Amino acid sequence: MTFSTMLSTMADGMLKTGAIFFLTLIGSLPLGMIVALLRKSRFTLVRGIISVYISIMRGTPLMLQLLVWYFGPYYLFGMNIGNWRFPALIVGFVLNYAAYFAEIYRGGIESIPVGQYEAAEVLGYTKTQTFMRIILPQVMKIIMPSITNEVITLVKDTSLAFTLAYQEVFSLAKQISASQTSFMPFVIAGVFYFVANYVVEIAMNRIEKSMDYYK
Amino acid sequence: MIIEMNNIEKHFEGLEVLKDISFGVDSGEVVSIIGPSGSGKSTLLRCATFLEKIDGGEIIYMGQKAAHTDEQGNAVYVPHHEMGKFRGYCGLVFQQFNLFPHYSILKNITDAPIHVQGRSRDEAEATAMELLGKMGIADKADAYPYQLSGGQQQRVAIARALAMKPEILFFDEPTSALDPELTGEVLKVIRQLAEEKMTMVVVTHEMPFAKAVSNRVLFMDGGVIVEQGDPREVFENPKEERTRQFLRVFEQ
Repeated sequence: MTFSTMLSTMADGMLKTGAIFFLTLIGSLPLGMIVALLRKSRFTLVRGIISVYISIMRGTPLMLQLLVWYFGPYYLFGMNIGNWRFPALIVGFVLNYAAYFAEIYRGGIESIPVGQYEAAEVLGYTKTQTFMRIILPQVMKIIMPSITNEVITLVKDTSLAFTLAYQEVFSLAKQISASQTSFMPFVIAGVFYFVANYVVEIAMNRIEKSMDYYK
Repeated sequence: MIIEMNNIEKHFEGLEVLKDISFGVDSGEVVSIIGPSGSGKSTLLRCATFLEKIDGGEIIYMGQKAAHTDEQGNAVYVPHHEMGKFRGYCGLVFQQFNLFPHYSILKNITDAPIHVQGRSRDEAEATAMELLGKMGIADKADAYPYQLSGGQQQRVAIARALAMKPEILFFDEPTSALDPELTGEVLKVIRQLAEEKMTMVVVTHEMPFAKAVSNRVLFMDGGVIVEQGDPREVFENPKEERTRQFLRVFEQ
């Protein structure tokens, strides 16, 4: 197998890695906010459920969670899991990352001084307006460095999809390396992850800079 | 009367902070509230501006009841959708300014008039620029709060409150967070508003200011109004021993 065949075979995996990455972000960034807000719910039961959920997501390996999401439906409900591989992956990634994002959001929300809420209340802003116009923009600025960290971790964590034999970059690299007795696929995969994260770093730096206009 | 607060009770976890307090403010009146820390001055302001809920008594703005006590002795507020009207009657200037750091000075002042009161952007901006001019900081419209001194930030906060066109403006120790050389510029603005007959209630430790600017002084201690009256009377001829003691500390 020539280098270029290797590369083009792996290009398909890169797209799949990209799909996991973007779908996870699209799902977990907003879900994390909902989880963070529910964690401050006035209902004890809701708060309890959310805190157990976050504990489990952070306290068990993501690899194990992926296996549970994929095989669980079969063992628990006898469900046919033929087309369930990719959805299970996304569910697993989104729920796991949402838990981490929720904790980041919570930290950010709690760091906003109570005076900001009071100023908004006296001016007559509704609760939703206060959150969307006053609190959230400030939270975003504070948490951006932590979000960057998580996004970079996510780029590398996509490789855990190999647990479910999903044909993304890392799985392909392992397979091609074994069949071709070549080290090259791992080099390609390594360069791919590094470049992807380099792009993430640049993009996140831009976002952080765009919020630099105030302190 | 702009505001009447009758028999106000407020406690935090069993601790009585306001004990049966009654007071009212007439249109154009400037009232100063003085007293030691923990006397309930700030809590009274926070109840008047609906940041805290009273536990008993009634709050009346412009002759309309915002809160009263029912037969069971519980404080009842008007329904949520009517609160907006009452919030619109009052403004509050905080000790810590509490400007919105992510908004420019202009936006700090125009955002609520536009998005809460539904005024047009043009109108809101014209009002804001006029107020900034009055505060002597028209050149700061495009700056952000962190670029301003404490005294300038507090003047922006006053402009922000005035932009809502409140009937009455409350000040909660407006100069306590400022360096001594910056208190003057804020007091000057409040004095100017007093001359324009803006109705104001100022919680303050600036005794000379309270004496010079207010029509009436309230001395609070231990959750009650110990003494009130003409500033000259209260400061020069206090009737109550507690007032005397308190003022003596300030004279030293």
